[in-house]
Amino acid sequence: MKGEYATITDTTELARRIRVESLQMVARASASHVGAGFSIADILAVLYGCALRIDPKHPEDLNRDRFILSKGHAAAALYATLALRGFFPLENLLAYCKNGSAFSGHVSHEDVPGVEVSTGSLGHGLSIGCGMSLAARSDGSDCRAVVLLSDGELDEGSVWESAMFAAHHELANLLAIIDYNRIQSFGRVEDVLALEPLADKWRAWGWQVSDVDGHDHSALLEAIGDERIPLGQPRVIIANTTKGKGVSFMEDRLEWHYHSPNYKQLEQALTELGEM
Amino acid sequence: MRNTFLQGLLDVAANDPNVWLITADLGFSVLEPFADRFPERFINVGVAEQNMMGIAAGLALSGKRVVAYSIVNFATLRCLEQIRNDVVHHQADVKIVGVGTGYAYGSQGHTHYGLSDAAVMNAIGGIDVITPADPIEARYVTRVMFESSMPAYLRLGRSGEKNLHSSTPEVERGRKIVCRQGSAALIIATGNILDEALQAASILDSLGHACAVWSMPWISPLDDESIGEAAEKFPVILALEEGTSVGGLGSAVASILATIKSPRARLITASSGTTTVSASVWQAAAREAEGIDGKSIAYRIQKALQD
Repeated sequence: MKGEYATITDTTELARRIRVESLQMVARASASHVGAGFSIADILAVLYGCALRIDPKHPEDLNRDRFILSKGHAAAALYATLALRGFFPLENLLAYCKNGSAFSGHVSHEDVPGVEVSTGSLGHGLSIGCGMSLAARSDGSDCRAVVLLSDGELDEGSVWESAMFAAHHELANLLAIIDYNRIQSFGRVEDVLALEPLADKWRAWGWQVSDVDGHDHSALLEAIGDERIPLGQPRVIIANTTKGKGVSFMEDRLEWHYHSPNYKQLEQALTELGEM
Repeated sequence: MRNTFLQGLLDVAANDPNVWLITADLGFSVLEPFADRFPERFINVGVAEQNMMGIAAGLALSGKRVVAYSIVNFATLRCLEQIRNDVVHHQADVKIVGVGTGYAYGSQGHTHYGLSDAAVMNAIGGIDVITPADPIEARYVTRVMFESSMPAYLRLGRSGEKNLHSSTPEVERGRKIVCRQGSAALIIATGNILDEALQAASILDSLGHACAVWSMPWISPLDDESIGEAAEKFPVILALEEGTSVGGLGSAVASILATIKSPRARLITASSGTTTVSASVWQAAAREAEGIDGKSIAYRIQKALQD
């Protein structure tokens, strides 16, 4: 592939650029889900900036960590992250949601280096992560599977099937991260289908739970850690986040699950993100 | 049939350390030989088919070759989206194995009739759909299935089916098996209902109509070439399946015939799911009620030949 390869690893700058790139992608395509991407920009920055064992030059390396974005509607943020880490040229992002492009509005793995699996229907990723964790353990590999889920996704029963399975099989090389921005597609999580007490639920299922600020890079990094020594339990990070984080008029607003910014909004958002 | 499949699987697993078997808590008294011999490659995920299929995909995307086992409806309809998105879209090396085709578990009620799973899986595309007719075919197609790394759905009866073949049919993936020669009419059957097709052929033979009978274990990929040739050769083709013809063998054969300008053959579909049967129904009685037993088929062909 031709074009400029970026290699940003500073997580603060990476998170900022993830927001900038994904915002521009969504604006160009008049697409949705920009708020869902901003919600996880810091998590992606910490994972891809320093926590995951990945090599952008060798995306198929057998010993890589496997990352699954189970909330596949935040695809723009993942594509932006991969481009900013050098998996493919930045200019490829221009094709997002274009006719004939590999970069669909929900995550697609075909012809996108660095994407492990296609997602877009909620409740699939954690099961796949369980399978990958099992395979790694069986092969004697210390690579791990990391699955990022949305809070609304936890309504899916299949998530709890896999949660029970992972604990029973002591999949210590499996890490789930929940993007807990407390807004799902039709309203507040607590109004649609309450999740609380969320941490207690995961503990009852047999998981180790960390409850952190999902925009605090130090806290995220500490929670994600590098626990390659099996502790006998799968781990979940409840990342308390804000939908639309980083742009004042998008923060904690349901409509930015759907809206695409107009020119004025784009200009203001880019200014707030330090681009103008 | 379940047991001969397992023998076939054991053969494959003995030569390939990447072959795993996972079940959603079914297969008691069937799967134990695998579990005993390869305990590190056997997992009972519990009664959780969606999770089973996601796990199967995750294992396969990490280099394993995974058999995911349950009763036909639970192995497919319960976790259909995991099959479509996680297994088929990624072309993961997952072999879904369902037991209880047609009315094999008819006495267990509506939840256990396996009448639409083949058609639904056929409609997804990108996955082989295989229904062997007898224990000999079951063992053979298991081996053929593992020659490819693409996803497959293998549909089995239950246990105690008699052998309909006298020797192992050495056909390639997606090809017909000729069971009986003849020219008066052709019966194409998929699955254990082949037994009824052979009975019908015997009845028709005694009436002076020598009919050909083919077993068609694969409805995907289908042997389009042979069916196209048959459309020019036979006056009557009867497509027989113990399940719906909508999306199954019947409509697949019809779609091939529809592409031929002036086919000689007239198509009769003989399928099930169109009649109301009692909640608990034995397989033989259900076949009679649906008109897919040997006598009913023979009558329909005889009538068609007289028209």
